[in-house]
This record gives sequence, C-alpha cells and structure tokens, in this order.
Amino acid sequence: MGKDLSLYVHIPFCERKCLYCDFLSFNAEKSAMERYFRALENEIVRCAEDFEDYDVKSVFFGGGTPSFPDQDLICRMLQTLGERFKVAPNAEISIEVNPASAITDKLLAFKKAGFNRLSIGAQSLDDEELKRLGRLHDSRMFYETYENAVAAGFDNVNVDIMSALPGQSLTSYLETLSKITRLGPKHISAYSLIVEEGTPFSEMELDLPGEDEDRAMYHETKRILSESGYHRYEISNYALGADETYECYHNKVYWRRGNYLGLGLGASSMAGNIRWKNTGNLSEYIKTYTEKKDKECPSDQESFIPPAAEDIERLDEKAQMEEFMFLGLRLVKGVSMREFRRQFGKDIFSVYGDVIDRYIASGHLQVADEEGEVFLRLSDEGLDVSNTIMAEFLF
Amino acid sequence: MDQSKIRNFCIVAHIDHGKSTLADRMIEKTGVLTLREMQNQVLDNMDIERERGITIKSQAVRMIYKARDGQEYTFNMIDTPGHVDFGYEVSRSLAACDGAILVVDATQGVEAQTLANVYMALDHDLDVFPVINKIDLPSAMPDETKEEIEDVIGIEAHDAPLISAKNGINIEDVLEAVVHRIPAPTGDIDAPLKALIFDSIYDSYRGVIVFVRVRDGIIKKGMKVRFMATAAEAEVVEVGYFGPGRFIPSDELTAGDVGYFTASIKNIKDTRVGDTVTDADRPCPEPLPGYKKVMPMVYCGLYPADSAHYSDLRDALEKLQLNDASLFYEPETSQALGFGFRAGFLGLLHLEVIEERLEREYDLNLVTTAPSVVYKVHKTDGEVFDLTNPTNLPDPSEIEYMEEPIVNGEIMVTTDYVGAIMQLCQERRGKYLSTDYIEQTRAILKYELPLNEIIYDFFDALKSRSRGYASFDYELKGYEKSDLVKLDILINREEVDALSFIVHKDGAYERGRKMCEKLKEEIPRHLFEIPIQAAVAGKIIARETVKAYRKDVLAKCYGGDITRKKKLLEKQKEGKKKMRQIGNVEVPQSAFLSVLKLDNTD
Repeated sequence: MGKDLSLYVHIPFCERKCLYCDFLSFNAEKSAMERYFRALENEIVRCAEDFEDYDVKSVFFGGGTPSFPDQDLICRMLQTLGERFKVAPNAEISIEVNPASAITDKLLAFKKAGFNRLSIGAQSLDDEELKRLGRLHDSRMFYETYENAVAAGFDNVNVDIMSALPGQSLTSYLETLSKITRLGPKHISAYSLIVEEGTPFSEMELDLPGEDEDRAMYHETKRILSESGYHRYEISNYALGADETYECYHNKVYWRRGNYLGLGLGASSMAGNIRWKNTGNLSEYIKTYTEKKDKECPSDQESFIPPAAEDIERLDEKAQMEEFMFLGLRLVKGVSMREFRRQFGKDIFSVYGDVIDRYIASGHLQVADEEGEVFLRLSDEGLDVSNTIMAEFLF
Repeated sequence: MDQSKIRNFCIVAHIDHGKSTLADRMIEKTGVLTLREMQNQVLDNMDIERERGITIKSQAVRMIYKARDGQEYTFNMIDTPGHVDFGYEVSRSLAACDGAILVVDATQGVEAQTLANVYMALDHDLDVFPVINKIDLPSAMPDETKEEIEDVIGIEAHDAPLISAKNGINIEDVLEAVVHRIPAPTGDIDAPLKALIFDSIYDSYRGVIVFVRVRDGIIKKGMKVRFMATAAEAEVVEVGYFGPGRFIPSDELTAGDVGYFTASIKNIKDTRVGDTVTDADRPCPEPLPGYKKVMPMVYCGLYPADSAHYSDLRDALEKLQLNDASLFYEPETSQALGFGFRAGFLGLLHLEVIEERLEREYDLNLVTTAPSVVYKVHKTDGEVFDLTNPTNLPDPSEIEYMEEPIVNGEIMVTTDYVGAIMQLCQERRGKYLSTDYIEQTRAILKYELPLNEIIYDFFDALKSRSRGYASFDYELKGYEKSDLVKLDILINREEVDALSFIVHKDGAYERGRKMCEKLKEEIPRHLFEIPIQAAVAGKIIARETVKAYRKDVLAKCYGGDITRKKKLLEKQKEGKKKMRQIGNVEVPQSAFLSVLKLDNTD
C-alpha cells in the first residue's frame, strides 16, 4: 500500500453525550462549531501539500456525531478534501450518522456531496435499552433513518449494534440482531459494551449480563449473521456476501498498518511508520489552524507531521513487528507469513516461534493455507480471548 | 568522668503506655536538644516503628541534667523494644543499664507486657522505679494504678511520679528520681578494658559502629582492642557519645560510660552483640557473661520476587543481622520460587518487621513462604532431627513420630471477653491451665498452646475477638509428641513446595480447604481451567477450581487509535510479569502472602 492513503476526519460534536461514551465529543455553540470547521479546513489544506503523491482510497467521517452539525459544514469539508487530495474515483467514503439527527435533507446532502457509505449507530432496537444507554433515539427513529438512507440512494450501509448492555437479555439481543438482518444492511459492526473509567456508567450500578450470557450473545452473533449471509472478516465486523465487496476498506487499513491521516481534533495518524495524534484541546487546535502563518515545523521532525501533533512515536522494527501481529490478528484471515518475511526479512517463527507453538498447541492459533499463501490466524476460541493472545506478541 | 554523676537506665513499658513520649520530654528538659531540633519522637526514627507505634531497634542517647542539688549529671538512656517477640533485644539493652523506669498508663494499669518487661529488668538486677503516665486523662486512676503495681508486680509505688508525658507535666520529678533511685555505675577505671557490645550498626564510610557500655577501664582513639568471642583485633579510630540523632565524638570513654567506637571494621561478623571488648595489649582475664542465646522460634522462606535480586537480598540480610543477632538465615532453593533463604525469627511480628525492613530500607520485593515452627522428627532408624522446612519432611513410612513445640501462654483480658478468648484457645488446640483474676474486671488466662497454632494469625484473632483488649505473652515450654501431617498444595496438579506446611491431623482438612479458597481468589483466570488441590500423603482432601477465561470484551478501536490498544495489551503483559510461573500457571506474588492470613472468623 506504499502510496495509498486513507483519511479520517473527526467531528467532535454531539447534541448530548451518551452515558457510556468515552470518545472525544461534546456539545458546542454554533459559532464554536463554525470556528472548528474553519480550522479543520485549514488543516486539510496544509496537510494535503505533504501528501500530494498519495492516492486516497478511503475517507471516513467519524465522531462525535457527524450528522449533528449543519450539513453544509460537513459537505464543504468533503469538497475541500476532494479538491486538495487525490481521491480515487472508486474510493470508499463513509460517514457516521445518528438516527436522532439524520433527517432526510441531511442524508440527501451527504449523498450529493459524494459520501457513498453510511454507518448508522443503532446500538439496539429495544427502546428500554436505548434509554438506559442515554441515546437520543428510539427504534422507530432508527427505522425511519434506515428507510430514508435507502431512499436517498445509499446502497452500502453499516449498522452498529452492541451487546452486554445493562438490562439486556439474550432474547432481546437476538431480537435486535434478527430485526437488523431482516433489513439486510451490507455491513454490521457488533461490539460489546465496555464500561470505561470516567464515564457516567462507571459511577453507576449497572445490571450487566453475566459472563455466560455475554458469551452466548457473542457466539449467537456469529451464528445468526452467517445464517443470514454475512461473513465475519474482523473480530467485530461482518459483511454481507462471501467476498470482500462489502468489507469496510477503511477499517482494514488500520489492521493492515496502511497509511492514514487523521484530521481534526484528537485524530490519530500513521504514516511512514510514525504514529501521532492531533491535540485533544479544542482551543489549541483552533488556534493552531486559524493563524494564517507559514507552517512551522521543528527541524528534526518529518515535514508531514502537523504542528498540533502529540504523542509522536517512531516505530522501530520491534514495535512494527508487534503491531503487525496484534493488529493483523484482528482480521479473521490473519497475518500472512510471507508478508512478515517481506517486511522484516525474517521468518516469523524465528521471532515468535515460542508463542505461536504454544497457542497452536492450545488451539487458540491456527495455520491456514489460502491459495498458496500461508496465514496465521486466531481460531474461534482464540478470537474469544484475543487480547490475551495478542499481548503475548509484545516484546 | 566521675562515675557518681552517671546514670545508665532504660524505660520499660507496655505498648502505647507512653515510653517514647516520655523519652522525648526528658531529652527536651535536659536541654540537649532545642525544641526546633526535636523531631516528633527522637528515639523512634524508623518509619516502620512510627507507623506501628512500637520500637524495634535499640538506641541510646546521652543527656546532661542539672539536678536540684546543683550538680550536673550525665544520663545515658538506652531504648528498648516493647514487644514480647523482641525479648532478646530487650535483654541485651538491659545488660547495659543499672536501672529502669517503668511507665504505666494510669488509664490501663498493669498489662501483660508490663509484667514481662519488669521481670526481665529484675532478672538483670536492675533497680526499677515506676512512673504513672497519662494522669491528665479523665479516665486516669492513679491511686488504683499504684496499688496494682504494688500488688501485682510487688515494687514500691506510693511515691511514683504522676506525669503526663504528652503534655509535659511533672517531667522534672522523673529526672530527679533518676538521680536518686538509679544507682551510679561502680566500675574500676584502672582495671583492663572490659566493655559490653549491646548493639552495632553499619556505616558505609566508617565501617561498623559498635555501641558499648564500658564496665572497667578506658577506651580511646589509637588503642588496639580485641573482641573476645571472635578474637578479632582492630585499632580504634573514633570514640564518642550518643547525641540525640547523631554521634558526638570525644577523647575517651571510661568505666561507667555508654558510647560508641569505630575501628574501620569491615567484617560485620567480627562484632557480635553480647561480646566483650578488651584491650589487646592488656586483656581482661574473663569476658562479661554473654547474653542469653536465643533460638529462632519461627522459620520461613524469603525469596526475591525477581530472582536477579538474590545477592541484594543476601547483602541486606547480612546487614540486618548485624544489629539483630536474633535473625538467622541460610540459603535454600525452592522449585517454585528459585534461590532464596530460610530465615529464623523470634516470632511472627519479628518476621513481619524484618520483611518490612527488607522491603523499605533495602527496596526489595519479597515473596515469603508460610511460616513454620521447628519440629522434632524421630525417624524409624533412630535418627532425630529438627525440621525447619516442611519440604524436607521424610516419607511418612520413615517417621516413627513427631514432636512439636508447646508454649505457656498468658492472656490478659477484661472479663467480658474471657469466653471469646477461651473459645479461640480451644480452636487452637490450647490446653487450659488456670484463670487468675488480678482485679474484678481483669483476668489472666493460662493455656498451653502449640506454637504452630499461634504463629499465623493468633494475634489478629485475639485482638479482633477481644476488641483490642487482650494482650498475649508466651514462652517456650518444650516439645510434645503430636499427630502431625504435611499438607501439600497442588496448582494445576503440580505440587508447590513453597506452599507446603505441617499441620495437626485434625486441622488438615479445614486449613487445606481455606488455602484452596484463598488461592482461588488470588490466581487470575487462565485460558484453561486450573484445579487447586490440598493433599495429605498424596490423598486429595480439598479442591477448588479457577474457571477458564473464555471471552474478552470487544473494544471498538476507534479512528485508528492504535496506541491506546497497545497500552491496554501492555498493561495485560505487565501484569503477567509480576507473577510466578508454576508449571504453566501464573501465580501472583500476593498469593503466597495471602495464605498466611487465614482468619478463622471468616
């Protein structure tokens, strides 16, 4: 993927934060939002210069709630991206929307601006569960949004759902799951709830499903979705059909360690084996990209690292190998042994032989041959406990 | 110095009766220190002591007191530990004194350790006079306390100073009483040097600093001295007195003095506490009677958490032994824990204190195995040996019988809790001897107890069942034949030597079950099921299972924030590093410690 690039654009605004959310988002005055988008536009312009040789294969607008601000602001960002970057004609261009704010006008505007993939945050179709999560929408609003999206011409739609929610039973989860499969979106993301520190949920007494029930939800997800024609290509992502047509290209870039540029507040980037993150401080971000002066860049720093970058990490070979393994194993297909040798000039067994042997013996890893290429991947049991296995690949 | 103007004494008291506070006030009143220099408690300068409110390490301090008779007196106050476990240290400190001040709390009266300490002082022929402390508290009963001292201990108390060390009330009375009631030393200054080592510390610049009480003769710079027990000789580099918190060099120490000397001694084993120092060129004919040799009562394995720190642990133990002669250790190896030491202690508190000192002062991370007492194993071939490590127990077929140490225990308790404490002693295989009422509301219960029943959590249980009112003292009675078995713990079917211990047959099931339960809580879930079993002679008597870990939560890895994901995995990996690998099971260090505290009231 040498000269390929993906772009992530962060929209840090929400009407209201959900009780479990620990992403970078907040509500803001209209004027503050406008200032943010002006800065974002400047950032796009500035960064594009450093990546003019790259072909942009995917764009992802995430949040926050990209459907919350005025749609003209969002569409203008995409337009600027198209003008400044070399966006491939067949590029996957996704935007996340929330059923509470994705009214028909907006969906039409998004479609017209060039977005070709829509990701709807349904989470659940049980109204009680949604209420407990602090979501702004109910199941009726989700259905409306879904219908409107299809009507607006979105063919490639993803629906996000969550398991292990407070008060959720296996029955209610399966009901949500089967209702969604009946709609037949091209892609389904199925995550489990994690109660993160610092969120309101972490302070609350939650009636969370027990371990066995949680595990049953997880296993039923795979069973029901494959019966409905979906295949699992990544730990928590499913695509309709047997081939990769509807797999999310942008998602896979992260696991394959492709180059991606994060634009906007707190967005993460990876290019040339360097990782960095934009500042998460809104006023600092706005200040950095509002002052119209020439780009200042410390002389010892690669020119493409933007001025508001933080946590700059140059990955040495060991770190690259670690990432190759723990990111690659998130894909059901696994990691290619040939690719490992190509990138690092070493046999994968000479580096990770012990770990691989141990977990093959325990049945958590397996070796598979796909059209002459040998892959190492997590077995079904291994996928269940992926973190434990992945941690073993750290030095 | 004129011996008639010297007073060498110590303060003895039950824990919390105000010994250290009184010492501070006396130092203050004698003006050796300005108020500003005063630390909160000058003598208790170690962190652990301060936190626990007990004094571990003997220290001495010199003060100059101008008495009411217009004369200036030199007081050498030697601090002593207050806990029964440290009887040995008390003993060697007392040997350096001529008298003792007994501090009794006017609200508590005479306690078990008050008695133990007074008797020890009287054993050393010290003159003891009492001081009644905390008289300013509303619940103080000074008259009753005086009466109790006379009735229970049998020393005169009618003119005992009534003081409040905390608020500095009547401290002068104590200082005057020291002048009049503590005898002056009576050494022969012209005789050959004869000095008793009562403590020593190691200083990386000066070598060993030896604390001495000079009985006869003079010790001064440049002189060649001999340590009579080890026959080592050295040239004195510096002599001096103990200022509060520092050393004050002087020209010489003469008969009756308490002070220190250095002689560039690098080998700490040359200077044994209890040994006699004499003049190498004009030695005294006989050494002073040595201290009572004490035997460790409790043994346990000490292992560095990180095996790379083995030599650090060895060095630290060597240094600690220098001023804690009662600490014993020798190298041993465990399959589970690698290279370490088997260490012997006076009691469980002593063990805990050493463990804490190793961790705090020497920055070591330790794993301790279950403490064990010394058993006598009589083999069928007639051989008898002392067993200090349960792992070394021979096959049952080779054992004729075993004996275990029994102690005579005295528990002082308010009458409200007599029932609860008797119940506890019963549970611990105690043999009831008698109940003596020292007052209407307080009794001394006497029991014979197997030592291995009190080394785990007896003190904790005693305190919790008496709401802190009971105190306990014991001394070794001897060995008795007992029906003992070795209890083994198997983790994932592999025997863990560090967790084996000897237990009475009747208690094996109960303890095995509790160990398994505790380990189940401590051992994290693995990708496979882990049986935890307790076994006696190869027969499983209890079992728990750590269920297999079968599912992660699926985090959304949002917007390509890989760093966050990696941090999560690193944390997971880091947690594993802190564990001990036993077979293919990772056992946290804390598991080895947790099995030491199995509270019976759970």
